[in-house]
Amino acid sequence: MSGAAVSAPVASAVRPPAREGDGELLRSDATGLAARLAAGEVSAVEVTRAHLDRIEAVDGDVAAFLHVAADQALAAAADIDARRAAGEDVGRLAGVPVAVKDVLTTIGMPTTCGSRILDGWVPPYDATVVTRLRDAGAVLLGKTNMDEFAMGSSTEHSAYGPTRNPWATDRVPGGSGGGSAAALAAFEAPLGVGTDTGGSIRQPAAVTGTVGVKPTYGGVSRYGLVALASSLDQAGPVTRTVADAALLHEVVGGHDPRDSTSLTDPVGELVGAARRGAAGEGLAGMRVGVVRQLDGEGYAPGVRARFAEAVELLAAQGAEVVDVSCPHFASALAAYYLILPSEASSNLARFDAMRYGLRVGDDDPLATAEQVMTATREAGFGDEVKRRIILGTYALSAGYYDAYYGSAQKVRTLVQRDFAAAFTRADVLLSPTAPTVAFRIGEKLDDPLAMYAGDVATIPANLAGVPGMSLPSGLAEDDLPAGVQLLAPAREDARLYHVGAALEALLLARWGAPLLDRCGQEDSA
Amino acid sequence: MSGITRDQVAHLAHLARIELTEDELDRFAGQLDAVVDAVAAVAEVAADDVPATSHPVPLTNVTRPDVVVPPLGAQAVLAGAPAAEEQRFRVPRILGEEA
Amino acid sequence: MTTTTTGTEERPDRVAQGRLVDYDDAVARYEPVMGLEVHVELSTATKMFCGCPTRFGAEPNSQVCPVCLGLPGSLPVLNAVALESAVRIGLALHCDIAPWCRFARKNYFYPDMPKNFQTSQYDEPIAVDGYLDVEVPAPEGSGDAPTTVRLEIERAHMEEDTGKSLHVGGSTGRIHGAEHSLVDYNRAGIPLIEIVTRPVTGTGARAPEVARAYVGALREVLRGLGVSDVRMEQGSLRCDANLSLRERVPGDDPAAQDAVPLGTRSETKNVNSLRSVERAVRHEVRRQAAVLDAGGRVVQETRHWHEDTGETTPGRSKETAEDYRYFPEPDLLPIAPDPQWVETLRAALPEPPAVRRRRLQQDWALTDLEMRDLVNAGATDLVEATVAAGASPAAARKWWTGDLARRANASGSELADLPVTPAQVAALAALVDAGRLNDTLARQTLDGVLAGEGHPEQVAAARGLEVVSDDGALGAAVDRAIAANPDVADKIRAGKVAAAGALIGAVMKEMRGQADAGRVRELVLERLGEG
Repeated sequence: MSGAAVSAPVASAVRPPAREGDGELLRSDATGLAARLAAGEVSAVEVTRAHLDRIEAVDGDVAAFLHVAADQALAAAADIDARRAAGEDVGRLAGVPVAVKDVLTTIGMPTTCGSRILDGWVPPYDATVVTRLRDAGAVLLGKTNMDEFAMGSSTEHSAYGPTRNPWATDRVPGGSGGGSAAALAAFEAPLGVGTDTGGSIRQPAAVTGTVGVKPTYGGVSRYGLVALASSLDQAGPVTRTVADAALLHEVVGGHDPRDSTSLTDPVGELVGAARRGAAGEGLAGMRVGVVRQLDGEGYAPGVRARFAEAVELLAAQGAEVVDVSCPHFASALAAYYLILPSEASSNLARFDAMRYGLRVGDDDPLATAEQVMTATREAGFGDEVKRRIILGTYALSAGYYDAYYGSAQKVRTLVQRDFAAAFTRADVLLSPTAPTVAFRIGEKLDDPLAMYAGDVATIPANLAGVPGMSLPSGLAEDDLPAGVQLLAPAREDARLYHVGAALEALLLARWGAPLLDRCGQEDSA
Repeated sequence: MSGITRDQVAHLAHLARIELTEDELDRFAGQLDAVVDAVAAVAEVAADDVPATSHPVPLTNVTRPDVVVPPLGAQAVLAGAPAAEEQRFRVPRILGEEA
Repeated sequence: MTTTTTGTEERPDRVAQGRLVDYDDAVARYEPVMGLEVHVELSTATKMFCGCPTRFGAEPNSQVCPVCLGLPGSLPVLNAVALESAVRIGLALHCDIAPWCRFARKNYFYPDMPKNFQTSQYDEPIAVDGYLDVEVPAPEGSGDAPTTVRLEIERAHMEEDTGKSLHVGGSTGRIHGAEHSLVDYNRAGIPLIEIVTRPVTGTGARAPEVARAYVGALREVLRGLGVSDVRMEQGSLRCDANLSLRERVPGDDPAAQDAVPLGTRSETKNVNSLRSVERAVRHEVRRQAAVLDAGGRVVQETRHWHEDTGETTPGRSKETAEDYRYFPEPDLLPIAPDPQWVETLRAALPEPPAVRRRRLQQDWALTDLEMRDLVNAGATDLVEATVAAGASPAAARKWWTGDLARRANASGSELADLPVTPAQVAALAALVDAGRLNDTLARQTLDGVLAGEGHPEQVAAARGLEVVSDDGALGAAVDRAIAANPDVADKIRAGKVAAAGALIGAVMKEMRGQADAGRVRELVLERLGEG
């Protein structure tokens, strides 16, 4: 971002709420909340109001939300309570609040994608994911912050200012979906929805101590997901527990005829898989592959140590740890940074001031459409977006296509083959999610390459379309959270929930309390 | 593979309809040159016989039945328009081609 | 010092601006080479990639949804019937159907294109390498039989249409001088099939007629397939005519002629009637010849055809190649038509129009000229249906190419749009055959049918138009006529039978036309001893 440097605030943390009163509601996981709501122990309005109050109290420090739809949320909650009282089937998430990344279209709420160019745009339609949330009775709290058009790994590239990491507010919450992850880590919402093009769900989860899942490509509808890179984008759950992610995934996933790339497979028994994993079933003999190329150089020692412990925990339960090699992962980052900008340059062409969004420069009656388009796109897009549009325009240009976009698509084939070979030897693959803990706000703003390098472990899954999950592995450098990534073959998302829940249970037993309890604690070490 | 020059950035910005400032041209040229250098290696990774993957999931022939779905309606369509007139989107004058 | 800055850059074709070479002179020295690109709007119920309706002439922006408006987040899904139509068109044009193909994005900015890319099949069209045999009528008055010319089809591919701009504020209604434009996206996303010929060479002076005949023949094929309204005046069939000239090699050696490199081409858009196709090609031959004669260079550009002036004017220059940055459309999956399905479609193709025409001509015993008139009148289907409803081919043809064609012409409508059905025409012909109506009465009956008064039987009855076949009434009228014209009666009695006409006329007048003139004649001659 040009101009004013972002001033780093004094490091502080947003502590979890107290265990009594509303705090107890806020600390509950979504699965538990849904059960208590269904049992009538608490009303949807109470739950919603508690979360709106929490947002009111802490979001000034976190800046997770771009838009809080308080009135709509309370009205929706009241409606759920009334319908439940009338004996209607109100859905699996009835009364459970959810925070939605501002890249999914929502009737009645602005959808900005973190960009000036969409300032104030209110879509006339709901994304399929949003429709399914509403149908399941979830209460939409509002829209969460993100890097502009999901381009970035820090949420600093939002036109509306950065989101701060609840663990240390001078740090980034990861990106692009830093808003949803921070909202979960700060207990502003029990459920969140993100989108993941190269790690935008998993990497923020890792650096905020939360759980994030990128489903198999085609597993969750992209209809209404404002496209960054169409062949890489996938929406998925942002939660505090693996079981919650499974529940949310089951609700939003499954075939959608409005998305040509949507899989026709049923979404699967994900909640059941998580339950089996948490109970420690099926770990013995499970083959866990450690990807040689996703460890070692460039990974912080603390992150590596937490990862090694996670692998040991699984091995101690009888999992068979195998070393796998994916040689073409080394080229994945380069391929990704050609495919993504190429598709993005085309996807973002529609923001041209003609039909919706910002229009700049038409006060001059002699201005031409082309002049208004170029002036609007100059004023409406931030630096990172412009950089990537230009890079993508370059990569698709006549004379460069074969060398860049064409070659990148071939690397994609090689990455898929690497995965195919690895999955003959292992049932799931394991790696650290991100090489480091959260970096400081402003630290990498002028060095795009350094920022891009942080996506090295998450990108291969997007290139190949396979599912991935990040869950907390513990505290690493500076007492900040790190994540461990699980990868499974395409359409085998259930394996992530099985192994993820198992690992989560083993870690919880070791820690004695959820990792987020240590957020802002003086004695955390 | 050579990098990317300031003039190229200006040409690409025109193709992408972004009116970059002089300052941006200078800055982006340097940054993009570094990025292109870093990603250019992909050209050497894959042999000629490796097929390109355009879609991560191998499906084909996805169609929908030719059945009308109610449209949005002009009012909803135009609600988000920067300018509208006679139930149409009002846009600045278009140069370069007659309709 | 005087300096003039015109603001218009010097164009290499300005040397002959506004000048035209005599056509015969032009084709004596240059060989025209054509490429014809036809865009066909399919008559599917919904658009190419969304469920919006496709009705022509609807209220602006009333047939629009997030997908065809290109709203952020929306995604395309291919219309199954559009795909099927594309395959059927390909098969009817003898193309190979691609075993696997994709859509691509063609990236360029234009306000009537909602996504600022057009979803189109760029290098992977659904149908390739076909041909269409075209009957080109012999020159007017030559009396020769038509010649058949084979045009090679390079490709037929699927794409989507754009919105429509209305330019406001300029004096001419065209873009230049306009203050702003108003865009209607109803047309955006309508399924299009683009059909592209390979360069058409060797047609010489007849290039304009070949172009016209090709578009006409293609329209017939498409109409026969039932895939499009093919209404050029409504834009559901649009032709771009690409034309270049090259030096003509003396003598008649095709190989030597083909060795001459192709010239620079112009792409003439907006050519929206068969007659315009012919005129536009002819005009471009004359214009380009003038440029070349003057030592200039033809500029590669799009040109716009103006129906009113019969001229083309320059549009967008293509001297600097556009960089469309094509890449495979990630939001749509590849298409791999099942070969069995393709064969099913092939087997169900309608008879090719040319074959059908020959068959009908034989069945109906028509001369070449009669058949051509029938086709030109657009009456083939109607006559066939009328014959199927029981009329004789002669009667069916007579009604449709005669009376009905005149009426359609007078009202400026299509024959098929007249408010009369083939079944009604067949019923009318049956009444004539049965002697219940004569020609005059039949025409009056038709008036009633066209006025919506019902079936011919009902109209004839309601209007009291039946021929009087009661010999008693007719006989009385004949007797009165003889009594009133004793001189004429004497002549007939004396053997001058030709004089009977006057008596028959008198009887018909008295009967107000509602008599069978043949029967009246019989009665007259009978009474006067000549029967």
